[in-house]
Amino acid sequence: MLDQTPKEISERKALRINPCKTCQPVGALYAALGVRRCMPHSHGSQGCVSYHRTFLTRHFKEPAVASSSSFTEGASVFGGGANLRSSVKNIFDVYDPDVIAVHTTCLSETIGDDLNSYIMELEIPDDKLVVHCNTPSYVGSHVNGFANMVAGFIRYLADPRAPKNDKIGVFPGFVNPGDIREYKRILDLFELARVILPDQTGIMDGPMTGVYEMFPEGGTTIDEIRSLGGARQALALGAAASTEPALALKSKCKVESSVLPLPIGVEATDNFLMTLSGLSGRPVPKELEEERGRLIDLMLDANPYFYARKCAIFGDPDTVLGITSLCLELGMIPLYVITGTPGESFTESAKELLSRYGALEGAKVKAAADLFELHQWIKNGRVDLLIGTSYGKQIAKAEDIPFVRAGFPILDRYGHSYHPLVGYRGGLLLAERIADAVMDEMDRKCLDEDLEVVM
Amino acid sequence: MDVKTEILSKYKAKVFKSRKEHIVEVDNGSEQLIAANTRAIPGIMTNRGCCYAGCKGVVLGPLKDTVVLTHGPIGCGFYSWGTRRNKARPNESGENFVQYCFSTDMQEPDIVFGGDKKLRQALSEAYQIFKPKRIMICSTCPVGLIGDDIHAVAAWAEAEFGIICAAFSCEGYKGVSQSAGHHIANNGLMKRIIGTDDRRPEGKYPVNLLGEYNIGGDGWETERILKKIGYSVVSIFTGDGALADIARSHTADLNLVQCHRSINYIAGMMKDAFGVNWLKVNFIGVEATCETLRHLAEFFGDEELKKRTEEVIAAELEEIAPDMAHYRERLSGRTAAIFVGGSRSHHYQALLRDLGVETVLAGYEFAHRDDYEGREVIPTIKEDADSKNIENLVMEKDRRYRMFLTPERFEDLKKKMPLEDYVGLMKDMPDGAYVVDDLNHYETEEFIKHLKPDIFFSGIKDKYVIQKGGVLSRQLHSYDYSGPYSGFRGAVLFARDVSMGLFAPAWKMVTPPWAEKREPNAGKAAFKEAESLKEAGDA
Repeated sequence: MLDQTPKEISERKALRINPCKTCQPVGALYAALGVRRCMPHSHGSQGCVSYHRTFLTRHFKEPAVASSSSFTEGASVFGGGANLRSSVKNIFDVYDPDVIAVHTTCLSETIGDDLNSYIMELEIPDDKLVVHCNTPSYVGSHVNGFANMVAGFIRYLADPRAPKNDKIGVFPGFVNPGDIREYKRILDLFELARVILPDQTGIMDGPMTGVYEMFPEGGTTIDEIRSLGGARQALALGAAASTEPALALKSKCKVESSVLPLPIGVEATDNFLMTLSGLSGRPVPKELEEERGRLIDLMLDANPYFYARKCAIFGDPDTVLGITSLCLELGMIPLYVITGTPGESFTESAKELLSRYGALEGAKVKAAADLFELHQWIKNGRVDLLIGTSYGKQIAKAEDIPFVRAGFPILDRYGHSYHPLVGYRGGLLLAERIADAVMDEMDRKCLDEDLEVVM
Repeated sequence: MDVKTEILSKYKAKVFKSRKEHIVEVDNGSEQLIAANTRAIPGIMTNRGCCYAGCKGVVLGPLKDTVVLTHGPIGCGFYSWGTRRNKARPNESGENFVQYCFSTDMQEPDIVFGGDKKLRQALSEAYQIFKPKRIMICSTCPVGLIGDDIHAVAAWAEAEFGIICAAFSCEGYKGVSQSAGHHIANNGLMKRIIGTDDRRPEGKYPVNLLGEYNIGGDGWETERILKKIGYSVVSIFTGDGALADIARSHTADLNLVQCHRSINYIAGMMKDAFGVNWLKVNFIGVEATCETLRHLAEFFGDEELKKRTEEVIAAELEEIAPDMAHYRERLSGRTAAIFVGGSRSHHYQALLRDLGVETVLAGYEFAHRDDYEGREVIPTIKEDADSKNIENLVMEKDRRYRMFLTPERFEDLKKKMPLEDYVGLMKDMPDGAYVVDDLNHYETEEFIKHLKPDIFFSGIKDKYVIQKGGVLSRQLHSYDYSGPYSGFRGAVLFARDVSMGLFAPAWKMVTPPWAEKREPNAGKAAFKEAESLKEAGDA
């Protein structure tokens, strides 16, 4: 496995090997799937959307609908305006969504298609909408694409004249439906009215009923997005995925946002709950305090299996920061912390976390990194555990390291998207997975006489 | 209203006009045309991919002894990394690049100021780290638009590092589907690799396996059977394949063409340049495999080989007979729909027939008319603006041209087997079945409502659309992490997988006991009889 990867590390300026990111459009597509009766539309060749639908379907084990402008060489030379016009007509005719959310691709960006003017010139049925955002694949990553699409919805739809309401806006970050369900449960316990944008529950975690629906009940409604303009405040969860939408809402509707890290781990969840407590004027519900207690209980009970164990964490910036935070709380040493998404705010935040626990010395933190480099680091300094997406399984096998799957994408296992990483429940789940991985490894490798039934 | 008319009735003028030519109700009594390899309609949810997917994803990606470097922004390289299940084992020197993804990860300045420099730098780095003997460069959309000369950079790398470096201009917008990319990859392999090593491998009956991508290990099962009979496999295009082997593929006596669509160009060009005959084979299905093996033996015309072939067939059939009988009993009488790439929708009908399953709907994602109607229609296929853009190489006779068959024997064999011919999918389908080219999301849903197939074989994008509607769907692009499905042992695995899918106890639990009893869409065949799990386990 990965036998061509040498131990010696050489500097690379141009060659990306085994990436830890993908391109903006797939993030935009996922964001658009969290709006009710919305058809995500990729303005490029059909190959782009084919890859993106494949990718999302493999992660969620759910249909991921989206259409394409299906560029050919002609459109690439003369511009994609005509393709967009026929697309929009055909989509409303055949699939009848309420809104089409267009995102661009490297193809349409390189030829300079002006989506603003294309959309202005479209003939759109009265009760229908077309929105867009720019997602050049050669800038940032899928996380930025996600952020740009959410911001796109706000720019088009959030209404600055919307009546002031007592709702809070919630930008959930690039997370699974399982996380959004957990947010909702927590917000309900605080009795906080809210608009979550986007909200893929019911769409990307649909139940098996024997009846397929292209646009199931679920997702943020257009009216809800409009009403964000009158929200009293917004919470932007995860700086990388939610800062853009927060800025868009402020600039268009003067609604302020608090940007918080994804509430993964104890401290981040504590801060999230205290923020909600402040917003709702209610104390943190007992139910949540007890959940917290159960998480701390497990952390102390299983401490010997966490403490001082070295781990490598990779994936999307907000998720990785959350997992790093939890690992530090567990007493683990995150030796390598990387994301493929560029941006130094990630490295600053990660270093700040590590230094608070005295774990910065000897640790490597990097944005715009790749899994080839991570693998080389591991060859030069072993870790006890690897935490990240499905693509880590090659390294885990090559180096015989226990592996915990968390983040996006998880293509090779079932059920992940149903469960949260956020909140105390998410922490409990992740801590349990980590302990299981460490202990399963011990059981599998130990001598017969060392195999214990009791702890 | 018949099914076709009803389905088309939802479409407005332009879409209607286009789609009606792509849907055919089979009537073997009359000559039937189908439109294929035409543009996807903007906004209509096609399952098609792009030129890059066909070139890098399908044809070049499986090669294990070469660094396949994607020149473009990160997405395309990332999505085609480890996602096609083309298995490969390291070659003798331990090389295996199939587990890796290499990309220039172009950034905005590269788009603005040109990406040549970054490509050169990436090639240098790849050479420094891996010392590969071969690097293939594949371009994505923006590269063609900004005009990076990847071919010049490849020539520079060859001179600089003393390696083989070829470039493929397979930008996603070219052509109308993956198909253009297959063609571009075929052309590149023909121009740059095939015929560059004249050492003929030892062993009798040397053949190449073309259009076998070793998905789930299909190629290995096929190779196992061929080797057991006594054939030597010179090279495989391209599953678990190596360019080092492909370099001497012209020394083989026969090309076996499994996937016609993706590789027929090379079969044709190798015939023209080197005189290597090609035979359309099918190693999917028990009967089909036996027939193919007999054709092969007949081609070489060696009595000893024919005898050995019959012995191997008999032994293999004996090995799988109890399992096949078991699964046939479980599956017989059911109906299937198949929508896959460019040849499998045809191949798998043979395997399904072995199991008593009739195919009521079949279609290809990116085929041409000859894949449906047979190669005899090729001269009548009109070139359009999109197909004209893909170079059509005309091969001169090479100095190493040699004929294995006399012209008389060639003509004689042509009557007995699909020698340099492919009959296409439609003639093998029963009257009343539907053939649909570039089947889309809406049509999939509609055909399920009308035809109520028990199983719908397709790809990952529509798998859960179909299953959420209560119909079992198995992926025939990637085999749902299973396989091999080829040859004799593969047939049993396929039958097992379909059977376990249909008989999953959970199908019966879809409707809760307190809810109104409603027939799940078309999947009711799955609920018909409850066979015991014990029985399933005994197989």
